Amino acid sequence: MNFETIIGLEVHVELKTNSKIFSPSINEFGSDPNTNVNPIDLGYPGTLPVLNEEAVNFAMKAAMALNCEVATNTKFDRKNYFYPDNPKAYQISQFDQPIGEHGWIEIEVNGKKKKIGITRLHLEEDAGKLTHGEDGYSYVDFNRQGTPLIEIVSEPDMRSPEEAYAYLEKLKNIIQYTGVSDVKMQEGSLRCDANISLRPIGQEKFGTKAELKNLNSFSFVQKGLEFEEKRQEKVLLSGGEILQETRRYDEKTKETILMRVKEGSDDYRYFPEPDLVPLYIDEEWKERVRSEIPELPDARRQRYVSELGLSEYDADVLTASKQMSDFFEEAVDHGADIKQVSNWLMGEVSAYMNKHYKELQELAITPEALAKMIKLIEDGTISSKIAKKVFAELVEKGGDPEQIVKDQGLVQISDPEQLKEVVNKILDENEQSIIDFKNGKGKAKGFLVGQIMKATKGQANPPLVNKILAEELDKR
Amino acid sequence: MADISKEQVKHVAHLARLAVTDEEVDKLSDELSAIIDYAEQLNELDTDGIEPTTHVLDLKNIMRKDEAKEWITQEDALKNAPDHHGGQFRVPSIMADS
Repeated sequence: MNFETIIGLEVHVELKTNSKIFSPSINEFGSDPNTNVNPIDLGYPGTLPVLNEEAVNFAMKAAMALNCEVATNTKFDRKNYFYPDNPKAYQISQFDQPIGEHGWIEIEVNGKKKKIGITRLHLEEDAGKLTHGEDGYSYVDFNRQGTPLIEIVSEPDMRSPEEAYAYLEKLKNIIQYTGVSDVKMQEGSLRCDANISLRPIGQEKFGTKAELKNLNSFSFVQKGLEFEEKRQEKVLLSGGEILQETRRYDEKTKETILMRVKEGSDDYRYFPEPDLVPLYIDEEWKERVRSEIPELPDARRQRYVSELGLSEYDADVLTASKQMSDFFEEAVDHGADIKQVSNWLMGEVSAYMNKHYKELQELAITPEALAKMIKLIEDGTISSKIAKKVFAELVEKGGDPEQIVKDQGLVQISDPEQLKEVVNKILDENEQSIIDFKNGKGKAKGFLVGQIMKATKGQANPPLVNKILAEELDKR
Repeated sequence: MADISKEQVKHVAHLARLAVTDEEVDKLSDELSAIIDYAEQLNELDTDGIEPTTHVLDLKNIMRKDEAKEWITQEDALKNAPDHHGGQFRVPSIMADS
């Protein structure tokens, strides 16, 4: 029997407002534990939440960017549960009136485009962070408590782990462009749970699903789903039954491990949050937020191809992160050649970032400096070989390319007389190479060029060297 | 008369993490049934043509500006904790089971 895989994803994204969703605590990652907290976050009796307007704006922005319909009448609800990460014993969330519904994004896998539906996007507060010690204790840091969070629930529209991966990449890309979140999985500002089930091909009814947790990177999501796909198939083929389980992905064994079997549905006893009044989002408010949404990745990608003449591949790579794309545009605005900027960013800059595990904004080079350096190559002041030296300096220490070239004496030698002198000196020292060349050994010329470049510390203008060398060889 | 079964009482007690004895279950079963009955009176009202509401106050969109401020210190935050260590609240080991 052949099976079809059904996948749906739940993604949580922290919004990067200045303060928390219901209290004025600082919303910041990486502070000392329990320093960004106040009596509201800690759930002290007598405190009341007050909604942060910007959290609503950000959630609306994300909803709109994901093609959701934004609710006009919405509200918050209490989700009741006991857990040490949750000081009030309830989480303020949204139940039946989410801020966004009926959205979609388009993904592409193996050249095939597909729309993935988004069931809902709702606004809620994040919980504290629990660390499980080896000493029989768990430790709680409430800095994260009350961080504005959006939960984005997809339709069960994905049919393979690759599609799930593509969905996550696309979702992250879009949210990153809206600027409402850092979407960094390693810092927990983007988190993902996956639901997966199998059904015999042709059957309409969904099979029983398993929920995967502890998926700490997009590639673990894909790997966890691939493992789960095979596991469920094996169980079904051997006549077994899939139970509604929560499973954890283990990074070491690359397997999913049973955490617990769910019996019945969760009972959170949702009810409307009495401490917050309803939200009414009129057209004017919606329009105001809509007008603040910047150009999104798909639109940018298309523009790069149709208006800037970049290849689809280049456009894809450049727009894959907003930082890269913004850097590219700024460099172009400073007058640099489009294709050159694109080549440098995708080549040397990306290579440096990968090698040093750094993000673009951590590099010392600015878009303006890159643009200037490219101009120096174009007007022949430096060769592209020397440019790599200048780049190495710029990327580490920053600064002005012209100044670096001047200070380090990197200006290209383009004076024919000066070069002629060097060429003849090298020829005098390498009589054998001249004989080899005359006997038809092309390699000999390459050797001579190498010697000339060495003698000029790589600063000789390469096309000019070739020309003069050819002329001087003729004379001998 | 609404009938809140003993099973329902035990279920709700479990959700609220309340330990109840069998005797209490009997008593609560009756009392909760009576409370539900009392609230059921609301169903006698004719609410045709009345907009549903989730809040008794005629207010909407009460919000604050996105301004962060320091309020209490870590020391303050931990002051009432039964146990803490290294700036964190310390609780008996909880394995992932929400």
